[in-house]
This record gives sequence, C-alpha cells and structure tokens, in this order.
Amino acid sequence: METLRFARSVPISAWFGFIVILGYIFVALFAPFIAPYGEHEIVGDQYMLWGADHLLGTDNLGRDMLSRILFGARNTIGIALAATVLTFVIGVFLGLLAATMGGIVDQVLSRIVDVMMAIPLFIAALLLLTIVGTSVFNMIAIIAILESTRVYRIARAVARDIVVLDFIEAARLRGERLSYLLVSEILPNITAPLAAEFGLRFCFVFLLIAALSFLGLGIQPPTADWGSMVRENATLITFGDITPLLPAMAIGLLTVAVNFVVDWMLHRASGMQD
Amino acid sequence: MNPAARLIIQRLLLGVLTLLVVSMLIFAAVEFLPGDLAEATLGQEATEETVAAIRRKLGLDRPPVERYFVWLGNLFQGELGVSYANGRDIVEVMGTRAQNTLFLAGMVAIIATPLAVGLGIIAALYRNSYLDRFINLVSLSAISIPEFLIAYLLIVTLSRSGMFPSFVVIDETTSLISRIYQSILPALALTVVVSAHMMRMTRASIINVLASAYVEMAHIKGAPKPAVVVRHALPNALAPIINVIAINLAWLVVGVVVVEVIFVYPGLGQLMVDSVGKRDIPVVQACSLFFASVYIILNLLADIGATLSNPRLRHGR
Repeated sequence: METLRFARSVPISAWFGFIVILGYIFVALFAPFIAPYGEHEIVGDQYMLWGADHLLGTDNLGRDMLSRILFGARNTIGIALAATVLTFVIGVFLGLLAATMGGIVDQVLSRIVDVMMAIPLFIAALLLLTIVGTSVFNMIAIIAILESTRVYRIARAVARDIVVLDFIEAARLRGERLSYLLVSEILPNITAPLAAEFGLRFCFVFLLIAALSFLGLGIQPPTADWGSMVRENATLITFGDITPLLPAMAIGLLTVAVNFVVDWMLHRASGMQD
Repeated sequence: MNPAARLIIQRLLLGVLTLLVVSMLIFAAVEFLPGDLAEATLGQEATEETVAAIRRKLGLDRPPVERYFVWLGNLFQGELGVSYANGRDIVEVMGTRAQNTLFLAGMVAIIATPLAVGLGIIAALYRNSYLDRFINLVSLSAISIPEFLIAYLLIVTLSRSGMFPSFVVIDETTSLISRIYQSILPALALTVVVSAHMMRMTRASIINVLASAYVEMAHIKGAPKPAVVVRHALPNALAPIINVIAINLAWLVVGVVVVEVIFVYPGLGQLMVDSVGKRDIPVVQACSLFFASVYIILNLLADIGATLSNPRLRHGR
C-alpha cells in the first residue's frame, strides 16, 4: 500500500527518466549479447544504407553502426561515470576536510578553488590536454580535478551545517580520529543533497566528454564512443542522412532522463507541493 | 564613501588580481610538461647541442619567475611569440579570428537576450500553466542535448534546403550583410543553448521576487497586476536578471568553440581546437588567456551591474 502510494506520487517525467536509465544500464551491461556484430569488426563496405543485414547501415570504415551504438553505451557511459565518481571522491573529501578542520586548511583550499573556478572549465580542459597529451586516462583525470571544484563548494557548504551539531562535538570529545569524523559522522548526513548533485554533475561531465570526443580530443578510436562516432561519420549529415546523429541523440536522451529524475529529487527535497 | 562605489572598487581590484593569478596559472601549466618545450618541439632525435641552443633562444635556461615577468611584459606590448606549428606571429593569427568570434558572440547576444528574458518573464508570470510547462520542457531538452546535435539538426533542416550555407567563408573583404547571412546558422545553434539557460535562470529569479512579501502586499492593497509586475517586482528582479545575462554571455564566449568547429567558422575556438591537436602550446596559451579574460571581465561586469541596480547600495545611508 505504502509503495503503491509512493509510486503514484512520482510524476510521469521521473518514471520516464527511471525507465530510460534502466534501459541504458541494460544495454551497457549486455552489449556483447545484444549487438549483432563486434565492436571493431569490419563487416561491409563504407557507409552502407539501412537494410536487413545492417539495420542502421555501416560507418566510415564499414563497421556495423547499430553494434557500435550498443557498444558505445558501455564505453561512453562508463568513462563518464568513472570521471564523475573520481570528481566526487576528490571534491567531497576536500570539502569535508575544509569544513571539519576550518582555519588555514579551509582558507587555502577555498582560495585555490576560487582561482580555478575563474577559468572557464572547457578552456582549462583544452589547455591541460595540450600539455599532458590526449588520452582517455588524462581526460578523466583532468575533468575530475577541474570539476571537483564545484563538488568541493557544495560538500563544504552542506558539511559546515553538520559540523556545528552536538553529535560531532560529542564525537570530537570522545577523541575520535579525523577519518572517523569524516566517514562515519558527517558523510551519512550529507548523502541526500549530494545524490542530486551527482546526477547533475554526471550530465555535465557526460556532455563535456561528448564534446571533447566530438572534437577528437577525448575518447580515441577505435573505441566505439558516441561523441567520436558523430565526428567520424559527419560527412553523411551534409548529404541529408541522419544516421550519424543517432549516437548524439542517445547522449541527449540519457541526459534528459537523468535531468528528469534529478528535478523530481530536488522537488521532493525542497518539500514544494504543486 | 558611497558603499556601492567602495564595493565596485573592491570588485575591480579583485578582478585584476584574478586576471594576474590566472595568467600565472596559464604560464605555469607549461612548466608541468615532462621535459620542456625545447625537447617537445624538437622530438626525440635532437642532439643535446640543438636542444641547448633552442633553450637559449627561447630563454628557457633562465628561472621560471623571470620568464613569467618577461612573458607578461611582452603580453602588455602585444607580443605573444610565434606559433610552433607554422612559425607565424600569434598576434597576427589571432587578431582577425578574435574579431570574428566576438562578432558571432555579439550576434547571439543580440538575439538571445531579449528572447530569453521575455520568455522567462512570461513563464514566471504564468507559472505552472501549460505554456510554462511547454517552455520548460523545451528549454530542459535544449540544455540536455549536446551542442553539436543542435548544430547538425539545424544543418539538416535549414541548410539542406539551401536556405543557409552550412559552412562559413569570411575574411576582411566580406560585406556586413553577407557576414550576418553566413553566420546565421552558427548563431542560431548558440542561441538555442544560451537562451535555454538564460530563460530558466530568469524564470527562477522572477518567481523568487514574486514570492516576496512586498509583492503580496501590493496585491492585497489592490494594485492592478501589470502595475505590480512593472513597478514593484521588476526593479527588484533587475539585479538577478543582469547577473543572469552576464553569466550566460560569459558562458557563450566559451560555448562558441564547438559550434565554430562544426561550421568551419574562422574564429578563435576553431584555432584553439586545431592547436590542441597539434600541441601548439603558445597558441593554446594565448587563446586560453583570451577566453579566460573575456570570461572574467564579463563576470566582473555582472557583479558591478548587480551592485549598481541595488538601490540600498546605490544611495547609502
């Protein structure tokens, strides 16, 4: 009964979001079983049209488009997820550290973050990629470092409200270690606001990686990746064939779905009623 | 001193300081390069003598702090050095491209600002109506899909039919009319993205103001609805709206990068992406500095505009 009422209170847009996200996870996990051909397998001529053998035709090297889109799910989403998780590990850790220790640690970290946030993120990412060279590992590290400044600010702000509460004071008086304070006392109390932020950050990172890969500076061939697939087959678009846009639409659909879910979470958290 | 004036001077000083620190960061970033520029440009086959010669020529044998001040000094005299890729003078390469980028950004600003602010105000006034929901859905989708998808959809729909060109060919001799005509598609693509952000933020800040006590008071004392919006709500919503506009224009200057590449628009974004691929570090440095400066200055203007539009700060006590 309780679950039924809850299910009814969830708006259609959020349901849509959940179902789409589950679909993407399914495809990402089981791509090898669903895809008709292999990820790198050359199975036909270049740019074959849609047909029975190749439902969505073939790409610029004669690889099956549908298979590459399906395999792209695990590569593109996996890399974006890895970057987002790393972003949060760095951002939340430093944010909690600043909120708990205060004083000089807080000052130094916050001023560094201020300066980093004064540089537009995309430009900073391009500059750093030039210096360390383009590779997937470099890209994940760079995005995580740059993006963690945003997470730092939120984690610090939320944690500052927790740090002044009595149970933290009690734990401090008990003589608990800093690591215990951060992980066992503060972290469980800030997961709710951070969950919504995780969704938003994921969208941002996902689109950023897509843009970098589209520019040829992110995920490198021959990995099947939605951003680079658009770039590789872009010539078709000028002939009016929209096949190369399908991976881009896959990116858009997932971001819309995550946004719907996040919107609903934020709405619930703020306690607003229509 | 007038509190607004003091705030603005403080903010200006902070802005200059930020610019200096950012220039240091952009300069220092290259120091983290494994080896140094001399080795990076010459490759692995270079002998030690040639590497040393290049180092002397580039001034790399001197300490980093000294090199930073030399670099900064040159910057103020308008000397950015030469490109590694083709040996051309960077200022010469960047000059017209910077103008082109600012031209495109300006065009988008002129279209997007009234459109987004207007839609945002309408959505806020008719909150939760079907119109509001529709505007929200469209703007959320526009934010969520990649920029390059929007650009290509415009190419498929508007350029395939022959209405507008899908790539841009402009130089100094191109007339203004032709320049605007050719830039319409890239400008539209950017407008979609920027106005979506701008509209959502405008809507949020107007709703915030409409929820305040003095607006309710105006309603209760029987003021007509248009008067409440224009005389009571708008002056107080101005500060957040100015902020929203400036923040989004700052974002726009950066957002041009991807769109410029798609439409082969000869701007700085395209140059920067090319140079990242070639690892042409001085050019990337110069472009980063340009984009970061415009971004910082627009954010600075946002803060100053917000301060000036706040009557409590403007008049002092």
